Formats: sequence, structure tokens, C-alpha cells
Amino acid sequence: MALGRTLAVALVGLRGHVVEVEAHLAPSLPAFTLVGLPDAALAESRDRVRAAVSSSGLAWPQRRITVNLSPATLPKSGSTFDLAIAVAMLAGAEAVVPARADGVVHLGELGLDGRLRPVRGVLPAVAAAVAAGHPRVVVPRGNLAEAQLVPGVQAVGADSLAEVAARYGADVDVPDVVPVAADHAAPTSRPDLDLADVVGQSDARRSLEVAAAGGHHLLMVGPPGTGKTMLAARLPGLLPDLSEADAVEVTAVHSVAGTFDPGEGLLRRPPFEDPHHTATPASVVGGGSGVPRPGAASRAHRGVLFLDEAPEFTTAVLQTLRQPLEHGELVLHRAAGTARYPARFQLVLAANPCPCGKAVGKGLGCTCRSEQRRRYFGKLSGPLLDRVDLQVELGPARPGGEPGEPSAVVAARVAACRAAQAARLAATPWRTNAEVPGGWLRAHLGADRSLTAELDRAVDRGTLSLRGVDRVLRVAWTLADLAGRQAPARADVGQALLLRTRGHGA
Amino acid sequence: MRAKDAVGRYGEDLAAAHVAERGWTVLDRNWRVAAGELDLVALDGDELVVVEVKTRRSTAFGHPAEAVTPRKLARVRRLAAQWLASHDTRPASVRIDVIAVLLPRQGAAQVEHLVGVV
Repeated sequence: MALGRTLAVALVGLRGHVVEVEAHLAPSLPAFTLVGLPDAALAESRDRVRAAVSSSGLAWPQRRITVNLSPATLPKSGSTFDLAIAVAMLAGAEAVVPARADGVVHLGELGLDGRLRPVRGVLPAVAAAVAAGHPRVVVPRGNLAEAQLVPGVQAVGADSLAEVAARYGADVDVPDVVPVAADHAAPTSRPDLDLADVVGQSDARRSLEVAAAGGHHLLMVGPPGTGKTMLAARLPGLLPDLSEADAVEVTAVHSVAGTFDPGEGLLRRPPFEDPHHTATPASVVGGGSGVPRPGAASRAHRGVLFLDEAPEFTTAVLQTLRQPLEHGELVLHRAAGTARYPARFQLVLAANPCPCGKAVGKGLGCTCRSEQRRRYFGKLSGPLLDRVDLQVELGPARPGGEPGEPSAVVAARVAACRAAQAARLAATPWRTNAEVPGGWLRAHLGADRSLTAELDRAVDRGTLSLRGVDRVLRVAWTLADLAGRQAPARADVGQALLLRTRGHGA
Repeated sequence: MRAKDAVGRYGEDLAAAHVAERGWTVLDRNWRVAAGELDLVALDGDELVVVEVKTRRSTAFGHPAEAVTPRKLARVRRLAAQWLASHDTRPASVRIDVIAVLLPRQGAAQVEHLVGVV
């Protein structure tokens, strides 16, 4: 029976589905058809496979070849299927031993010369294959290090189609080719930034520490040159390393986005993304034709998303961030399917007080009209700011003064605070105070009603929303954890309220 | 007769011998009308088979079967209908086959019979 079978993986968002690639060779007029919902890039695979097979010195069977990607209802895209299609076809033609190719997952794009080219998203694809019980995987040599990050995998790297065919018993010379290197955009290696570089700004420094400790979102408002950008860039340095599960998830996102260098193993440090304020919604939340690709918000998963000059971003971009802020996940719906990308980032916003940036203190130097000022801050809508736990104002910095603490000292306190949270939340699905829902916070607050009296008054006055109350309580828990207390005291709630309202109180 | 026509003629002879060997009754060869020509018309039991024969001396420009294009097959189909209209044969069904003949410089001719290609 002229039927060849092998396996590949289709990625929809970060979820991999194992796809059975079948090739049927019928004795009829020579033709090559590909069925099973391929997109344009995948339909071109026929021509690449045909050229690669001929270039590798293998005979092209004069048969009516039908390749099916099963399940046929799942939309498939990209060039990852080339190798699996070629191997299934060769198995059907009995150019290779069919039993040896059966049950092996093949990933990789073919060049016309028969060389294997690295592809994106190998980590989530291999993880899905192993989870589905198919540990034997063949990948392009440039992706081998990435595939081997998955526990329990039996990954093999290959340079060319001829090498793979020879492994399965084909009578073919394996050419000595130069392997195609992975074209991963090398992650911009950031020099280690130290908090000691920031002059003065002890209040903002404290806010940054609280933000790092509890995983809270942060807004910094201040005139130009006060260190907002410097502080934000130093936040990742205060955060603890990613847990094993998080590291796999973060690396998978970056693998799909093509911004990951497998030579250094899993990404273990929290990522930092700072899109420019001309960014489009598609670049921030993800997009693209067919099944969308992850954007900056997903690349900042378990790390920091920093929007410098936040009011300069388009309203559409700022509003699209509301869903991930609430659910920690981005669900992108397109005609071709729905992609889910994790996006549990820590949002850091920086803004000037007004377009000219001088409306600090009495604002005597400010040249903006009041309507300009209102419109500028109006961009940061109420619903967005309501989700930001910490909102602080930075005054003009003075040179000199005593140097601040270095990052290492603050990071140690943050780590201790995170450990306290993890111990308290051990039986729950949450890990940081910022993730805990309001009901749980209130239930574990204790019997002291006087704690919330001040908040109740703020709600009555209309200066704090009910969601705002929960958010103040979250920060209060973090302040208590930093101070080593078992539960927030009245002072913690008061300070949390101040931190939320840019020092204005409620 | 030009060389390529001689090759085609020889291929058709091989194909006719091939189908006769399989016990088919050859009804017509090189049936020609204004719209074109049928290479071979034969009866396989009670099924009428219209055979397109394609002969090549090497695979330098592709296998002979590859040269049978959808356009050529469509013409064979039309001609098969014309043939049936002008003959008093009543087959149970009609089928179109392709016989690809490869005539290498050395060695025996390779005859490949593709059954039911449309």
C-alpha cells in the first residue's frame, strides 16, 4: 500500500496540536495536491518539497500524490510542515523505510537545495508533541538546542533532507552542507542597571520597591529629567528569577515571536518591553494575518511592560491593554482561528504632568492651557488608571545628596517579601498580592473594621471606586509583607491610599 | 516521416501490443477527426477504454506521463464522446487510460500503464 505517515505540530497561539501527515501515492497522472486547510505559505510547501527532493538526489515518484494534514479541519500555517510532508511522501514511495518514519515528529522548513532551515515556535511545538506522547522529534540543527530544553524529548538535529532520509534507510549520499544558522533576532542584551544610579527620589524608589514586591502596576508622573525612565528600566533588576513553569511559558512566547536565542537556555529573568509611543495596537497586543503572532504585551509576560510618555500613546493602544490587565491573557480572534497568548505583565506608565512638563508644585512655569492639560491626562482613561495600584508624583531631583541603595539590597527585600506572599498564598492559585481577588483579601483582613473605615469614607465621597478599595488593600498587604507584619495595620492602609492617589489622599 | 513521429508511432505499436497481451480487443487506432486524434480505442471486457499514448526517449524534459496535461485529457474526453456517437458500440462504461512509454537509448522500452486517470 503506497501510504506514508509521519507527524508534525500545528501551533495555534501557544497551543500545539499534533498533526498526522499522510501521503497517498496513486498510480495515475503525476500530480501533487496538499489538503487539510493549508494557508498560502503552507500551500507553497509543495513546490519547496518537490525541489528539495530532486536536489537531494532522491527520485520523485511519478504518481498522483495526495498529502493530507489531519485533523483536516484545523487551520495550518507556515513552513514548519515541509520536512514532515517530504518524509511522508518518501515513506509512501518506499524510498525510506516507512516504519522508521512513523510516529516521529518532523519540524522544519526546506530550502530548494534540500537544506533544512530553522523555524519559529519549536519550543511550544516540541512541548506539545512530548505531552501528546511523541518524544521522538527531528528538527533543523539550528533549532536543536531549543528542542532539547523540553524535558523527556529525544530530539535529533539534521542539516538536510538527505540526512533525514538516510537515517530512515534511503539509498542517498548525504552532502556535507553548511547548516543554516537560526536567524533569531538576538535579544538586545541590556547592561545590568543599578538602582544606585538614580539620584534622590526616595519616594519613587520606595514605590518601585513596593511595585516589585507585590507585582503591582505603577504610574509615575513628573517633569522631564527626574528619572522616571531610569527607575522603570531598573525594575526588572529588582524582580526575582522566573519559576520553572513561568520560564517555559515566557520562553515559548519568545520562541513564537522569534525573539529568543536558544543558546542561552530558557529565559529565566523577567523580560522588559518598552514599545515606542507610536506603537500600533497590533504591535502591542499581537496581530498579523492568519493566526496572529504575539505582541509586546505578551513578550512582557511575567515581566515589565513600560510605556514611556504614556499619554502620547494612541487611545486604541491604551484601551487594548485593559483586557490583559484584568485577565492576564490576550485572546485574539481572527477568521482563521483564536489565538491565546499569556500576558500577565507588570505595567509601568510614565507621564509628564502636562504637555510642556512644567506643571509641578504651583505650576507657575507651565505654559499649557488648562484644557490642554486636561486633554493630555484624559488620554489615560479612568478605567485604565483604576487598574494601576501605585500612582506617584516625582518632584524635580537635586544633584548630590546621599546615594540610594543598590539594586541587590532592594532585590533581597523584594525576594523576602515575595517568599512571605508565597507562603500565605500557598493553598491558592495566586502568587503575588496583585493577583489576589478582593474577596479573599477582605476575608483574611481580620476583625478590625477600623482598618477599612477610611476607605469606606473615600468610597462615600466618590474618590475611590469599589475596585479601587480592593486595589488599596492589595498594596496594604504588600506594605505589611515588606514590614514583616502578619496582616496590614491601619498605617499600611493609609500609606497604600496615598500611594494610589499621587499623594493627594482620598 | 520525421524522427519524432517515428518515435510516437513505435510507442503506439508497443502500447497496442501491451493491451492485446492483456486480452483487450483493439477497436480502433489513430482515429482522426477535425478536433484531433485518439491513439487507441479498445474494449476491456465490456468497458470501453480510450488510451492516450505518450512516448519519450528520455526523462530530460520530464516523465512522459507528466506531458499529458489536463487540456489534452479534456480533448481526449470530447473525442471519446464523438467516437461513441459515430460507432455502433454499446459499452457498459467508458474509461480513459494513459500509457507512458519510455524508450531509453539502451535497454528495453519501459511501458507504464495508468488506469482510469480522469
